[in-house]
This record gives sequence, structure tokens and C-alpha cells, in this order.
Amino acid sequence: MEQKMELPVMIHTQDLTKYYGNKAAVSDLKLDIREGEIFGLLGPNGAGKTTTTLMLLGLTEPTKGKAWIDGKDCTRDPIAVKRIVGYLPDNVGFYGDMTGRENLKFTGRLNGLPESKLEEKCEELLRRVGLEDAADQKTVTYSRGMRQRLGVADVLMKDPKVIIMDEPTLGIDPEGMRELMQLIQELARNDGRTILISSHQLYQIQQICDRVGLFVEGKLIACGRIDELAEQIQQKGYYVLEVAGLPDDDGFRKLLQELGNVDSVEREGEHYLVRSRYDLKRELLRRTLDAGYTLTHLRQRGSDLDEIYRRYFEKEE
Amino acid sequence: MSGFMALYRKEMADHIRSRRFLIVLVLIALTSYAGIYGALTNLSSAVAEDQNFIFLKLFTLSGNSIPSFTSFIALLGPFVGLTLGFDAINSERSEGTLNRLVAQPIHRDTVINGKFMAGATIIFIMVFAMGILTGAAGLLATGILPQSEEIGRLFVFLLFTAVYICFWLALSIWFSVICRHAATSAMLGIALWIFFALFMTLVVNIITQFLYPAEQMSTMGQLVDYYECQMGLNRLSPYYLYSEAVSTIMNPSVRSMNVILPQQLSGAIAGYLSLGQSLLLVWPHLTGLLAATAVIFAASYISFMRREIRSR
Repeated sequence: MEQKMELPVMIHTQDLTKYYGNKAAVSDLKLDIREGEIFGLLGPNGAGKTTTTLMLLGLTEPTKGKAWIDGKDCTRDPIAVKRIVGYLPDNVGFYGDMTGRENLKFTGRLNGLPESKLEEKCEELLRRVGLEDAADQKTVTYSRGMRQRLGVADVLMKDPKVIIMDEPTLGIDPEGMRELMQLIQELARNDGRTILISSHQLYQIQQICDRVGLFVEGKLIACGRIDELAEQIQQKGYYVLEVAGLPDDDGFRKLLQELGNVDSVEREGEHYLVRSRYDLKRELLRRTLDAGYTLTHLRQRGSDLDEIYRRYFEKEE
Repeated sequence: MSGFMALYRKEMADHIRSRRFLIVLVLIALTSYAGIYGALTNLSSAVAEDQNFIFLKLFTLSGNSIPSFTSFIALLGPFVGLTLGFDAINSERSEGTLNRLVAQPIHRDTVINGKFMAGATIIFIMVFAMGILTGAAGLLATGILPQSEEIGRLFVFLLFTAVYICFWLALSIWFSVICRHAATSAMLGIALWIFFALFMTLVVNIITQFLYPAEQMSTMGQLVDYYECQMGLNRLSPYYLYSEAVSTIMNPSVRSMNVILPQQLSGAIAGYLSLGQSLLLVWPHLTGLLAATAVIFAASYISFMRREIRSR
């Protein structure tokens, strides 16, 4: 991780802003993504994630601000940017009456690949995404997962330095998802490509991303490594403890409520959620023992992305 | 440039392999055959009246109940153009291929240029193949060799036809940019086609009758104004423009398309116009058709360039 921070910046945006009418889809976005990094852009639907990716590709002009990829201006020089950036749109589509292989070759030709290398490259990429057997089927017959994998091969056709993926995991079955995640990780770790994933599926992002940015209503409200974000939240005085004890009676609940400095106590399934401003773990342990209860579960929440995400939204409100 | 060639080749292949293209081809072949058949049934009586330009009569003569080849083409040409272009852009959008396409290192206008050029190439090949095949069939049936001037006129006719159909291609591509659904753009195109082919003259009549009411017509000058206004308005329709140009090109005895007074004709010797003179008569028509095509294509170009491309 430490070593990674010294790598050059690949994607850089400066006050990137986009208005649709009076509504700001993206406002004053400042972002630095380093080479070889997997960056997750997280946010609810309509937060401006897709608009951001479109601006990075030069497909939409920003109202204000600028973006650079590998030192190339995304608005002024979109061709140079698109030469090194692969874009996997959400719900990627292919020409249905062409086979997977033909679709790939077409992309290769658009990228100016010489005819002699096309065949070989197609073969290699189809093998890499595990589509050798379906390569000569028409893409109308492909399932969603297969289309997504072909989409990855399609992106790799131009051998990009940067890959931008828009909701890549949407609608794929768990097995397909696992394979895709593994593939994405390989692309960054082994090939050294920079990857920007926009998604609202937190769990997958958490597994593979080096850093994440939380995006709400066009603003980047937090950005950093997942453990850093968790720390930030805790420094701001948000603690959530999952507690369960035996015997599980009203007295236990009362004990939790009377701990002091407790904001709220909620029952959630098998255990209680205790929200507080301070770290109550020691105090809680002592009191439960004294009162003759046995703790069966004690976990501090906030270290996973789900909780971070929820916390930030609550703060925003 | 390599991007343009790749797209152009793909579009051509798509057109040629599509079932839609086959349907158009069959339709055109059938109407060509019907047109020629109709002309052949009436050819002997027409030749008895006038023995010049027999080869051209193959294309312009109508049968007893069958319209002539040229009027068939004037009516059905738009259909070909509309069929080739009505879903050019919006189907890419709904298939989700458009945003993948524009994310490749090509200029955005390459997409629309490639599509138009591929369609236009198909149209030119189809029109010329059809014209030459029809001519060959007529040649076999009648056994009369065409004169070089007739071949020249046929060539100009085919050129006009191709440009006319390209106009409709440009129009349908424009609709495919501005309409989200292919069905909507097809409906728009068909509506305009029917309007120009059937209703335009009616509408023009109503307008001119309103502008020049019959009870207030008293002088010759007013009458001439009335006719000229009517013709000017009619010529706004590409269908009318094309039909007028083709009847001039394919019929050397047509000397003018505007109102001619008997005084202007006095002393004129009845005869045929040479190809060059006929061309001079229809030059404005060709310019008009090309300009209309260019304007419509520019409209689709601009609206495509300004459109934001999101996922489907």
C-alpha cells in the first residue's frame, strides 16, 4: 500500500462540474487516482457516477472544471483519451447478428489494430474471459453474464491503461460475479492497469477496491481507503456495538440503556445495537459481568463499507 | 480514417446480410418487371405514333393499368431510403452498442458519416444495377439497340434516382437520431412519404385557391401568377421535383416545365431537345435535391453531435 502511493497520478480531475438545467449532476469533483489502483466510485442511483464517467471519456462536456487521464485533457483531446481508456458501460450491448468473435474484431478495427494481429488477439482474450466455446455464436444468444465477459474482452482489445466500469456486477449470478471480481483484480495487479468502478453494490467493491469515493448528489463526500474511512467515522464519535447476552431479558436491555453516553438501543434480530459517542466496550464488559450476564456476542460495527456508507448518508442528512 | 473504414465496411455488410435488404430488393425487382411488362404491352402502338427514342419508352410508357417504370420508382424510391435508415441510430442506442461505439477512439461524426455513406453506396449500387438490368431485359425483349444519347439520358435518370433516394435516407437517419424508438421514426418517415406523394398537391391547391380566389381572377397576369405560385409550392416536395426532372430527362420532347404563352411559342419548330439542353432544364432540380439532402443530413449531423449518449 505504501509503495502504491508513490506511483504517478493517472486520473486527475479539478473542480469538475456538470449542470443539467439548474440541477448539478456533479459539482466540484476533485479526484486523483494513481496508476494500478482499483478505485470504487460509490453512490446511490442518480448520484452522478455515470455523468462523471462520461465526462472522463469526453462524451459529455463539463460545465466547469477539467479532467485529465494520463496527462491528456478529456474534453480537448477525447480521441487520445479514448485510445488508452477502455469503457465498459452498464448493461453493455453487442451487435446481435454478429458472433462474439466478429464483435471483438470490429472493435479491434475501430482501434486501428492491424488485420494480421486481430485473430490472435481475439483468441487470447476470449480464452482469458472463458468464452472460447461461445465465440462463434451470435451474441443475441448470450446470457447477461456472457455479455459482461465479452464486454471485458472488448475493453481489453485496445490494451487500455485505464478501464472504467459502470455497474459491472449488476444482474450477474454469484459465480459469474466471483469470476469477474477475480478478473478485475488480475487486470490491476498483474497488468498494472488503473481501474475505476462505479457501483452501488458495496460488498463487491469492498472486496477488491484499494480506495473508494462516496458520491452523493453530485458531491464527493468522502474518499480514501476503507479502513481510513472507518477510522474517520469513529473519530467523529460514531460507535455501533452489536451486543447479545444471556439471559436475554428486560434487565439486559435496561443495563445497556443505563451504560451512560448511549444514544440509542435497538433490537435487531438476535442482538441489540448500541449507538454511542464513545467507546463503551470496557464499561459494557465490566457491567454485564457484575450484573451476572454472560456476553455471547460483542462486535464493533463500522469497519465494513455498509456501515460507513450508511453513516455518511446519515451525516449528510 | 481506419475507424471510418471499419464502420463503413460493417454497415455495408449489415445492410447486405439483412433480411430487410432482401425484401427491398425483391420489391424493386418485381416493380421493375411490372413496369417493363406494362411498357412492352403498349410499345407497338406507341412506336407506330413516334419512332424516336424507343429505348427510353421502355421506362416511361405505362401499361393499361400498370404505371410506368419511372413513376413506380418515384413512388417506391422513398421506401428504399426509409428502410435503410429509419433505425440507424436509435437501434444502436436501444441495443446498447452506441455508447460502446463512441467510447472507441473515433470521432463521433464518424458514426453518422459511416452510416450515411454505407447507405448511399448501397443505394447507388442498387439503383444502377436495377436500371441496367431493366434496360438489358428490355433490350432482349425488343431487340432494338439504344442510341448513345438514350444511354446518356438513362444514366442521368439513374443518377437522379439515386440522389432522390439518398434524400430519403438522410431524412430517415435524421428521424432515427431525434426519435427514441425505431417505430416512431419509421412512422414519421412513412407519414412524410405519403404526404409528399399523395397529399402535397391537394394542400398546394387549397393554398393557391385561397391566395388567388377564382372570382377575383380577371387578367392574364393573375392567371400566370396563380400557376407559377402553384408550381413553386409543389416543387418544395422532393417527390414532385424528382418526377418533373425525370419526365424532362426521359422525354426529349419536353421543352419547358414552366408556363409558356402562345406568343413565346410562335415561330418555334417542333423537335427534340438534345441531352445537354434537357440537362440545363433539370439542373436546378438536381441542385435542389442535392441541397435538400445536404440540409437534412446537416440537421441529423448536428442533432447527433449535440446529443448526449447515455446507456440505453
